[in-house]
Amino acid sequence: MTDTAVLDRKADTANAASSDKAARILREHIVEVISDSGEGAQRCGQSLAAIAARSGNGIWTVEIIPAEIQPPARSVAGASGIRIRIGTHEVTNGGDETDLVVAFNEQVLLGRVRAGELKPGATILLESMWAESKDPTIVRSYADTLKALQDGGFRVIEVPLERECRLLVADPRKGKNMFVLGMLLSIYSLELKLGREQIALTFGKKDQKVIDANVKLLDAGFTWAEANLDFKYAIPAQRRAEPHVVMNGNTAIALGVLASGMDICAMYPITPATSASHYLSDCFERVGGIVHQAEDEIAACAFAIGASYAGRVAVTITSGPGYSLKQEGIGLAVMAEIPLVIVNVQRGGPSTGQPTKVEQGDLLTAIYGSHGDAPKVVMAVSGIEDCFYAMITARKIAETFNMVVVVLSDASLATAQAPFKRPHFSPDWLAAPVDQSPLPVGAKPYDWDNVTGITRRFVPGQPGGMHTVTGLAHDRMSKVAYDPAINEEGLRARSLKLAALQKTLRTPPVFGDPEGDLLVVGWGSTQGVIEEAVQRLRDEGVKVSSLHMRFIQPLPSGIGDILRRFRRVIAIEGAWGDRLEDELIDSENRRYTPLAMMLRSRFLVDVDCWSEARGQPIKPGIVVKVLREQLAKGK
Amino acid sequence: MAHPLTQCIIKLHEEHHKLEDYQGGVPRWCSGCGDNAILAAVQRLCRDENLSPERTVFVSGIGCSSRFPHYMKTYGFHGIHGRAFPIAQGVKFARPDLHVFVNTGDGDCCSIGAAHWIHAIRYNMNITVILHDNHVYGLTKKQASPTSPVGLKSNTTPRGSVLEALNPLTVTLGVQNVSFVAQGVDWIPELLYDIVSKAFHHRGFSFIRIIQRCPEFLPKMFEPWLHDPGKTLLLTHPKGLNPSADLARTYKNQREHDPLDIHKAREIASSEDPIPVGILYQNPEVPCYEDLRGAGRPRTAETIRRGLEAEFDKFTIWPDAQPGRQAA
Repeated sequence: MTDTAVLDRKADTANAASSDKAARILREHIVEVISDSGEGAQRCGQSLAAIAARSGNGIWTVEIIPAEIQPPARSVAGASGIRIRIGTHEVTNGGDETDLVVAFNEQVLLGRVRAGELKPGATILLESMWAESKDPTIVRSYADTLKALQDGGFRVIEVPLERECRLLVADPRKGKNMFVLGMLLSIYSLELKLGREQIALTFGKKDQKVIDANVKLLDAGFTWAEANLDFKYAIPAQRRAEPHVVMNGNTAIALGVLASGMDICAMYPITPATSASHYLSDCFERVGGIVHQAEDEIAACAFAIGASYAGRVAVTITSGPGYSLKQEGIGLAVMAEIPLVIVNVQRGGPSTGQPTKVEQGDLLTAIYGSHGDAPKVVMAVSGIEDCFYAMITARKIAETFNMVVVVLSDASLATAQAPFKRPHFSPDWLAAPVDQSPLPVGAKPYDWDNVTGITRRFVPGQPGGMHTVTGLAHDRMSKVAYDPAINEEGLRARSLKLAALQKTLRTPPVFGDPEGDLLVVGWGSTQGVIEEAVQRLRDEGVKVSSLHMRFIQPLPSGIGDILRRFRRVIAIEGAWGDRLEDELIDSENRRYTPLAMMLRSRFLVDVDCWSEARGQPIKPGIVVKVLREQLAKGK
Repeated sequence: MAHPLTQCIIKLHEEHHKLEDYQGGVPRWCSGCGDNAILAAVQRLCRDENLSPERTVFVSGIGCSSRFPHYMKTYGFHGIHGRAFPIAQGVKFARPDLHVFVNTGDGDCCSIGAAHWIHAIRYNMNITVILHDNHVYGLTKKQASPTSPVGLKSNTTPRGSVLEALNPLTVTLGVQNVSFVAQGVDWIPELLYDIVSKAFHHRGFSFIRIIQRCPEFLPKMFEPWLHDPGKTLLLTHPKGLNPSADLARTYKNQREHDPLDIHKAREIASSEDPIPVGILYQNPEVPCYEDLRGAGRPRTAETIRRGLEAEFDKFTIWPDAQPGRQAA
């Protein structure tokens, strides 16, 4: 990518815009579309993101999801919508505050303002129909909010969305979102043609009339913005030389399952994991795979274990409460050494917690869950592309080591969309056919290798391999054993497998210099946020670096050495950790965040931690602030 | 069911199996335990059907009865308490070519695994299910089970259990998609064999409740039935059991019952005394879940690649389609 290409694109963009308004060139912008639930703000935003991505921009979306299916209309808590961060370069997270908001009513907007999500002086495009409501309380609320926002320094532009859309469709509630999309294309100097194509893609399965109606709304929105708004932006894009795919994390996980050669996904509906299974349900059967919706989470796990035992590797996709329910099954798979892949799309916890919100609270449950010593592999995906490839890796590890592999994602990655290089299919991704060759006389179903603990997997149908697997302690012949030495033999072998895997893992790269004043450690969906924050500080000359973990159980070698090369180390996590400013909390009783706790115990390094569990992705600006404070402490 | 990917070994000669080919470890059940009779009937069935031991899987949960797979010389899966059904479903779903049996007890099936039991009936997968019902928890040393009769004194109900017993037959017959329900008793081995055989040949979820004695904890429970053949109701029908002349002479209390008649089946099922023995219900027309879902279909790297590329196409931004490229 050269600067010339950026400039080319700039010129093209300028040409594409028919208006004589000069577009202000921006490196990036954060835009939100918010509405009552069911008004299509998310579809509008997703389309904008897709169009920007197709235009060559970096994008990242964050969905704003109310917990209820039909929250009351015009309520602060009912805000449903989406944030889209559009940039010239790759975008890896939702960023800080919003620059521009389109709101379908003032109440949902208030929700965002009160949460501090808007940048001071941000531009607000507000539906103006409420000023003419027959309900005087609504008229008053609208007027009061409008005034308060203007007094607060926001640049509010009233837009007659309802009135304009009513000229074209009978029920504007079902079409405003495409009008808004048209407006946003004009504002961001994106091509109207791409909008039309996007509508054809989105509504492809529906009637041509539906497509035509939406295109009409799109065109109208574009025209309205061209004629009535006195500003315009252009975010220069970089031409992508290779094909890219744009999708959210759950879709990437589903496609990863497909690509890994796994052919059975047993699941039970749970937010925010289910959309991965929805997508798989749609496409899996065409390639001979099947999504089995079990009667409960326990059954989903047991079904997957049964399917894996019979020669495949099955996957079960769930979230916190479902993950808790699967613990006994996980223990069985560990004990019987049956390969199994479990995806946990984390949400707020404990208990029912915050079903639609992000949290990284399940790390220790993933590592230590299930009673007794139940060693299992724990991986955490750090971005959308990783969601795809992690599934292929997980299946391979599960099958090579006959182990349970837990893949941790979270609610933010589940719905966040971003482009990544279109993967080139490789037959190596797939599982080998089910082994049905006869076993040699005397073959032992648990012939644990003395060094690696690994044993050959026997599959039903293999002559000579008949044995009964059991969750009871067993010897190498899989016979139930109460002998104390045999119990330790099994424990040792199952534990050694983690070490055997650990020897194959590469040390994760340090982002920034290999030594310095401060090292930030993180895992999972926070990679983009942490690295952006670290880069901002590095640009100021601060000696800060970061290290991001994909494998957390086992931790790759070399981590301890990296930690010790920095004067201070801090873990940044989206999970609860006790705060020293609380009166009762001191260095002895402080419950550190999960990764900090692990690193402290593993490497005897004084890893500090900072965390936020507010149900929203952590913002890079906040991380910058935290790191500055941390650096100040060190002086 | 044919399964091209897994049937890679062509056997040129038919193998014949002996009883020993199915006899695994020496059972550790108490002497006089009804489980022994069930094991004998099932091993005989395997031999008579000449089931290939490597293509046969016994799945169980936890409890005395769930030790069953260890005593077979086939593949076995001694699972976790209450979860034998979903494990067995996973096995059958991944490998419809395998013969799958489930051994479960009254605690395993009717208490901790009750939710799975109801749904297993709905799925109607081609699995032979044997409910070893001795009306008591044995492995944990005498606690009341859901099928314990009211008033049973046990370690958790020292003054007698207070709830009416659950009837596994009426429960099973009450679930939509039920396709096979039979009842046997451990003390009439000939009928036990016939029932297990009928269940094995039924394509679907073949549910057999076997009332069995627990000599350790409920030694006298079934004595009245053992001493009085009139307290056993023998269900006969050309489509059901055809007991031998000898048996028919002993068990004179008989009733002809058409296994297709679900209403009569429900009425018979609710009888605790006399104990009905025979095929209560069999409907060969109920579709199996694995068939409905097309389980076990062959797939190749090429089908997966094509499927994946088609999905990627839906999400792809092609370099040529980017506006910036048009000028070039």
